[in-house]
Amino acid sequence: MELFTNQVLAGIATGAIYACMALAVVMIYQAIDHLNFAQGEMAMFSTFISWQLMQWGLPYWVAFVVTLAFSFAGGIAIERVLFKPLTKAPILTQVAGFIALYSIINSFAGLTWDFTIKQYPTPFGSSPFLGSQLISTHQAGMIGITLLLLTGLYFFFQYTRVGLAMRAAAAVPESARLVGINTSWMIALGWGMAAAIGSIAGMLIAPVVFLEPNMMGGVLIYGFAAAVLGGLTSPFGAVLGGFLVGIFENLAGTYIPHVGNEMKLPIALALIISVLVIKPAGLFGRNIVKRV
Amino acid sequence: MSAVEEIASQTPAVQAVPKRAMTLSAGTAFVIVLLLLVVPLFVKNFIIFQMTMLLIYGLAVLALNILTGGSGQFSLGNSAFYAIGAYTSAILMEQYNVNYALTLPVAGVICFGAGFLFGQPALRLSGVYLALATFALATAMPQILKLGFFEHWTGGVQGLVVTKPDAPFGLPMSQDMWLYYFTLAITIAIYVFSVNLLRSRSGRAFMAIRDNEIAASAMGIDVATYKTLAFGVSAGITGVAGGLGAIAVQFVAPDSYTITLAISLFLGMVVGGVGWLPGSFVGSAFIIFVPNIAEGISKGLSGAVFGVLLFLVIFLVPHGSRQVAMVAQQLLGKLRKN
Repeated sequence: MELFTNQVLAGIATGAIYACMALAVVMIYQAIDHLNFAQGEMAMFSTFISWQLMQWGLPYWVAFVVTLAFSFAGGIAIERVLFKPLTKAPILTQVAGFIALYSIINSFAGLTWDFTIKQYPTPFGSSPFLGSQLISTHQAGMIGITLLLLTGLYFFFQYTRVGLAMRAAAAVPESARLVGINTSWMIALGWGMAAAIGSIAGMLIAPVVFLEPNMMGGVLIYGFAAAVLGGLTSPFGAVLGGFLVGIFENLAGTYIPHVGNEMKLPIALALIISVLVIKPAGLFGRNIVKRV
Repeated sequence: MSAVEEIASQTPAVQAVPKRAMTLSAGTAFVIVLLLLVVPLFVKNFIIFQMTMLLIYGLAVLALNILTGGSGQFSLGNSAFYAIGAYTSAILMEQYNVNYALTLPVAGVICFGAGFLFGQPALRLSGVYLALATFALATAMPQILKLGFFEHWTGGVQGLVVTKPDAPFGLPMSQDMWLYYFTLAITIAIYVFSVNLLRSRSGRAFMAIRDNEIAASAMGIDVATYKTLAFGVSAGITGVAGGLGAIAVQFVAPDSYTITLAISLFLGMVVGGVGWLPGSFVGSAFIIFVPNIAEGISKGLSGAVFGVLLFLVIFLVPHGSRQVAMVAQQLLGKLRKN
């Protein structure tokens, strides 16, 4: 039993990483109605920017805020320059665009900062949290920030005009346009916010997985999985999905024999798919009614 | 949430491509086949090998095109079927000494079965969810192939070395050239089969499902059967391509069949034009040659160059090579009128 609780705790700690990334995934899904494969690389690039700023001597929180602003602007710029011209293109073409963006950012970061693994500081320290060996203060801080972000997003989407406009623009673009919402800029705003949230995720994850151009590969997959599991339309579901995926993964690694590190991902994915087969819109997603 | 919000304004993920627009005219097809037959006689072995790979990836992209362009289902998992096909051929040839030509139908049938089975749970999923499920399959496959349990057959991490077949009946041609013509024959056969499939009753059912699933089922199409059938056919063709690939590369190893391969196939489909079968081979050329070109332009930034080139292509022709072909056709039509 103790092994079980310990593994669940450790799962929650890794789950916080996925939850963070899943929030960014849900954010972009709200805005553009599909997944952005380059999101992890965008987050990685932001994290490198913050690292560079700290190397130049800025304190952590200043670098944090500057990076946030940079990512927000960067997200909007990417949408305006690269994806706005593709609005009319078929969806699969846009997905190819995401893959191209992924390739560009990854290669560029690799050339600028090379592929060696770098340490990344944490503002929370890394001593044991409340005397527990399994969760460090950094991980606790990460969970805290994730929950904070979640609450912030909830209020943004439920109680602000812009939040409502964004939801409307994503759900029924034509009608939204008719009531005077600038849907095109809503999409850009969604990109900006998703990039900013992604950069927070990147900066929180970097102390755990270390900083390098490929750091986000695995994390993004789990982030997608978490978001899909929780329901792509629900930020709350995404965070919960993140923790569940973390726990799944840890328990599978402990209790199923012959599961090496490499089999963890397929097993976690298989579990998620089993959930999806039973509940196709994810745990908290809304069922979409289709018009014929 | 209001009721309005829950009704999705549905834009189909895959554009409706009319049946006639899916193929080439007889004249163009004749010229292309003639070129494919003659060119290898005048080029070096390495180029012949590349042309062989072009046909093989072209088959794999074609298979994806039938699934996505035909039945509207999205897959990032076709690399897994490619792997199954490659391993089936390699194991049969090396462990059981089966003739290479006979291993291909076996690979096709096994992959058809695997695809059909995978299509069952995938039935309930669509869009991003299906993408994730197929993605899971693609990431799992290399790990499954590495498992100690199968090592006796698969050779584990090391993989298997496959011997390249000689030309039969003492024909005076190199191994590469023989394999090229062998591949070409199979490619043409599968291409003709695919075109006919999409023109048949089943093909029309695929396309009806792609354009509107609910309407299709209301018209009496058995959606479940046809969706799984599409998965099976796609996987089967991918399996044959995989088997051919194993023979051409002379080597199979788990890490040759990762998600990167699945993404390449997807890119090939988009660049070629979703739903346009001849485009599969254009797309295949893109995924074989463009990474090399990118590396030639800049070693350190090859990924970025590749990305930029890809962006250029999708900016200029969002519908892939299909768009180019259509524009060319219109121009030709105008010229004839004058």
